[in-house]
Amino acid sequence: MSKKRVVMDSAGIDRSLTRISYEILEKNKGVEDLVIIGIQKGGVFLAERIREKICRIEDTKVPMGKLDITLYRDDLLTSSKKPRMGKTDIPFSLDNKKVVLVDDVLFTGRTIRAAMDALIDFGRPKLIQLAVLIDRGHRELPIRADFVGKNLPSSLWEEVNVSVSTDKAKDEVVILENA
Amino acid sequence: MKLARKDILGIRDLAVEEINLILDTAESFIEVSTREIKKVPTLRGVTVMNLFYEPSTRTRTSFEIAAKRLSADTINISTATSSVVKGETFIDTAKNLEAMNPDIIVLRHSAAGAPHMLSRVVRQSVINAGDGAHEHPTQALLDMMTIREKKKRIAGLKVSIVGDIAHSRVARSNIYGLTKMGAKVTVGGPSTMMPRFIDRLGVEVHHHVDDAIRDADIIMMLRIQTERQDMSVFPSLREYANLFGLNRKRVALAKEDVIIMHPGPMNRGVEISPDVADGPYSVILDQVTNGVAVRMALLYLLSGGN
Repeated sequence: MSKKRVVMDSAGIDRSLTRISYEILEKNKGVEDLVIIGIQKGGVFLAERIREKICRIEDTKVPMGKLDITLYRDDLLTSSKKPRMGKTDIPFSLDNKKVVLVDDVLFTGRTIRAAMDALIDFGRPKLIQLAVLIDRGHRELPIRADFVGKNLPSSLWEEVNVSVSTDKAKDEVVILENA
Repeated sequence: MKLARKDILGIRDLAVEEINLILDTAESFIEVSTREIKKVPTLRGVTVMNLFYEPSTRTRTSFEIAAKRLSADTINISTATSSVVKGETFIDTAKNLEAMNPDIIVLRHSAAGAPHMLSRVVRQSVINAGDGAHEHPTQALLDMMTIREKKKRIAGLKVSIVGDIAHSRVARSNIYGLTKMGAKVTVGGPSTMMPRFIDRLGVEVHHHVDDAIRDADIIMMLRIQTERQDMSVFPSLREYANLFGLNRKRVALAKEDVIIMHPGPMNRGVEISPDVADGPYSVILDQVTNGVAVRMALLYLLSGGN
C-alpha cells in the first residue's frame, strides 16, 4: 500500500498563491497586457485563484484562459494509453500579451514544453512566464519556473498530488510513496 | 482511455462506453477548427489513405480535413482514376497500398462488408466510410454528436428516421447507435423501402410519415436515391414528395423544439422542402461541422500506442 503524507494544507496553499500573485504583479509592474492561462486540469483551478487575487489587489480585471495540452504531447504515438482530452478555451488573442502559464506540479518539464508550443499556435505572446505550486525536480528539458509555491525535492517513486478544487477547505498537497 | 480496437467497421459492435469516449473526444476537437491556425501537431508522421470506390464529397473532404488539421499526411484514391479501371482486384489494390505503409485506411465501397474484408487482409487500421447498404459509422457518430450538442442528451428522445430505410446505411448505423444510447427510434417510409423484420432492431415502424414524425424530438430525413426510381419502388418523385416529403405543415406535428437532420446530399423539393432545409429547426450544416470533429477523434483514438 502507498503511504500518504500531507506537505501543504489549505491555508499553506492559499498563502503561497497570495505570494505568487504579488510576485507576478511585481515582476510585470502591474497588469497591463497580462493574461493568465491555466493548464488542464489542475492548473486551471490554481489560475482561477491567482486571477481572483490579482484582480482584488489591483482592483481590475485580468483575462484568463484554459489550455489542454493533450494534442501537443510528445508521447501520444508511443504510449499505449490515450489521455482523456480536456477543453481549450482562450477567448482572446495572445499577440503581444504577457502570458502567465499556471500549472500545479512542475516535474519533467514536458507538459510545459507542450503548453508553450500550443500557446504559440494562438499568436505571438510578448513573453511567457511560468507559475507552479510545486516544483518537484527531475527535469528532462531545460525549463524552469518564474514563480514557485514550494520546492519539494522528491524521489522518482513518489507521487506528488495537488488536490485543488472549487471546495477551498479541502485543498492539499500530498506525497504518495509507492512502497 | 483508449479505444481498444484496431478498426472502426460499424456501430453495431461498438459499446456504449466507446461511443461516449468518441463523442467526448470529438467535442474537444471542435475548438481546433475554430482557431486562427487550424492545426495541431498531434498526428505528425501518420499517413491516412482515403480509398473511395464510390463518389463522395462530404465524407471524403471531411476525413481529409480532419487528418490535415491533426498534421497527418493524406492520400486520396478514387477508383475512377486508379488501377481499378485496369482490372486490379480489391485485395491486390489493398495489398499494394499496404506495402506503402500508411497507418490508417479509410474505405468507402459499394459492397457491404468490404471494410471488414480489408481489415482482415491489411495490418493497418481501417475506418468504414460507408459500405453498401450496410453501415456508415462516422455519419451515425456525427449525428449522435449533433443530437447531444443540441439536446444535451440522447436517452429518452424520440428520433424519427424517414425515407428509404432498406437501402440506407445511414439509417442502419443510426438505429444501432441511437437504440444503444437509449433513444426511441421510429422509422417511416413506403413499404417498398422498408426492409423486412426491421422491427427486430428495436424500432417502431410506420408507413405514414405523419405517424412516424408525431411528437418527434429529432427528424432525420434520408436521401431518396433518385437513381433507384426505375426500380419501381415508388411511382414518381412528385408523389413521393407529396406523401413522404418533409414540409412545414408536417414539421408542426413534431415537438415544438424539434431538430431536423439530413445526411446529405439533399434532393430539395423531394424528401425535404427548401423552407424546412434552410429553416430554423434545421441542423444540417452543424452535422457537417461536427463530422470533421468526429473524424478527428477517430483518427486520434485509433493511432499510435502499438
